[in-house]
Amino acid sequence: MTTPAEQFKSAARRLTRDLVHRERIQTALGKYEVKRDEMKARFQAWEGARAAAAAIKAGALRHLDRHLEDFVARLEARGTRVHWAGTAEQACQIIVDLCRERGAKTVVKSKAMTAEEIHLNEALAHAGFEVVESDLGEFIVQLRGEPPYHIVFPAMHLTRGEIREVFARKLGDAPSDDPEQLTLVARRVLRRKYLEADVGITGANFAVAETGMISVTENEGNARLTAALPRTMITLVGIEKVVPRLADLALLLPMLATAGAGQLLSGYNTLYGGPRQPGEADGPEEFHVVLLDNHRTTLLADAEQRDALRCIRCGACLNVCPIFRNVGGQAYGTTYPGPIGSVITPHLRGLREWQHLPFASTLCGACTEVCPVQIDLHHHLLQLRRHARAQRPVWWERLAFRVFAAVVNSPRLWRAVLALGRLGQKFHGAVQATRLDPARAWTQSREAPRLAPQSFKQWWRQRA
Amino acid sequence: MNARDAILGRIREALRVPAPRSEPAAAPADFTALLPRVGATFAEQVAAFATASRELRTEFHWVEDEVAARAELERLRETAGWRRVAAHRGAQVAPLVEALGLPVLWTDGGYDRRELERCDAGLTQCDALVAQTGSVVVTSASAGGRVLSVLPPHHVVLARREQLVPDLPAAFHLLREKYGANYPSMISFITGPSRTGDIERILVLGAHGPRRLTVLCW
Repeated sequence: MTTPAEQFKSAARRLTRDLVHRERIQTALGKYEVKRDEMKARFQAWEGARAAAAAIKAGALRHLDRHLEDFVARLEARGTRVHWAGTAEQACQIIVDLCRERGAKTVVKSKAMTAEEIHLNEALAHAGFEVVESDLGEFIVQLRGEPPYHIVFPAMHLTRGEIREVFARKLGDAPSDDPEQLTLVARRVLRRKYLEADVGITGANFAVAETGMISVTENEGNARLTAALPRTMITLVGIEKVVPRLADLALLLPMLATAGAGQLLSGYNTLYGGPRQPGEADGPEEFHVVLLDNHRTTLLADAEQRDALRCIRCGACLNVCPIFRNVGGQAYGTTYPGPIGSVITPHLRGLREWQHLPFASTLCGACTEVCPVQIDLHHHLLQLRRHARAQRPVWWERLAFRVFAAVVNSPRLWRAVLALGRLGQKFHGAVQATRLDPARAWTQSREAPRLAPQSFKQWWRQRA
Repeated sequence: MNARDAILGRIREALRVPAPRSEPAAAPADFTALLPRVGATFAEQVAAFATASRELRTEFHWVEDEVAARAELERLRETAGWRRVAAHRGAQVAPLVEALGLPVLWTDGGYDRRELERCDAGLTQCDALVAQTGSVVVTSASAGGRVLSVLPPHHVVLARREQLVPDLPAAFHLLREKYGANYPSMISFITGPSRTGDIERILVLGAHGPRRLTVLCW
């Protein structure tokens, strides 16, 4: 069996050389960047907004226990059943049991990364339920039997031709590869499912403690229908999603949309505070909220990296990450790819197996710069590297750094090594990127930087 | 120990260690000065809503009075070829819908969803229009339930001019004033017709919800 580290390395090696794949991601993310910058510029104070959003989420985490208790008490007061799940398995079991007790056959789902995290679809399918993803991108990757490629744009790696192909194969309906036509096919198929489904499952972007509501952000209206048509509605929400006040959303919703998709506000931002209330025309008879820990409290206990729980899953850090932009979302083998994924996955799934992730970074800091809630991402990546090496030291690395330290501490040795390097460089061209090349690990996919023919000191002396 | 107590216990245990680095200062109580600027006058706010609508491809009609609104609705009925519409019995919407002379499915007190699926348009009231973002705020109480504003292929909002609020903080303030502790079970900020960019990041309208969103305000 291959380890996650081996899997990541081999996928990354393959994908960085796949120029077509790289071109596709860069094109898609290029379009996003233009829109995001346009929306950011409309804010009177984007940096101030980031600081305020960070403060809201930090304040929420500081009193997480109290806010959660408020959130739950208010939901329960209006007829919602709240379930607490310590682990992914418990959350799946709760949801499977709820579906089973209601004699459900079909379950319709709107996009939820927490559901990906706990592998809810597999658990439901295993228990014999038909699960239909209703978000178009999720629907497409579900038909292809793939995990989502990106936490906001699940099918951004696919061309219309590939989407047409899977529609033709799985749905027997693909009139053309026009995006509008393809969307219409999905709309038709999913409409039937909505009307049949017994249970609707959603995620949540925020959980409002003050009023006991969950907030769902989307563009298509699929979550609106998921939360309206089936008799039973279930929402799976991570415990870190809580915000204290309803009015906090006046800031957080536009920031999520701007950072996430370059929109000022997403198409539908909807709050749900209970099942159908007396006097209302429709809505589910039952509303269940499943609160998920699944090692979020492990991350909370790491005071240094606790701020990673502020994450609103906008995906902005993925979009600017030079690693993500080259290897793409599926190489990581994690639910959450990119910088945020590399920070939280070692906490959620264990550093021992996932310690390679913090090394998949150039530490350029672009992620930290764009994060709308000011998570110190690249600092955490660096710190995780330190933890990883402390846990499992690498002898040759330690030796190499010891030698390096000795060389740079002695001007004489330093000059000698440079002279040697300049000499060696003359012959390097002959062996470059071959097996004889001592720098092969670097040169097989990159150009080696060249030493200047003389040092600054030498040049200065000559000049005088 | 049950799961609830176990999770709350782990949270309390974790929070006993304060974060070592400086935490961000408290957020300002009002976000207005951070968010996109909206003009102070009513005319500027109407203009902002109109601009946002154009960008979002919402069809926004600012009309003189109820008579003009009725005429606009009749024009829509003809150009869009409505044969059957759905609505709720709100004071602002019911008389206008009845005047259309079409078969109407009323959602109040329950309805057949397959019948609703066959309607060409859903007509609703709203709680507010947000100038800053071009959003329409609806609730399960104000807009005939959860489904009416999202299932039919065309959503028509009938709004009064005093329902226009400048920005998002004002919209949340209005919701609190209006509903207090008794919020409807659903509150939705609708910003443009249903859309997706999931295929090659190309914008397509009418993904699951309405392809057309019309806001008629007088």
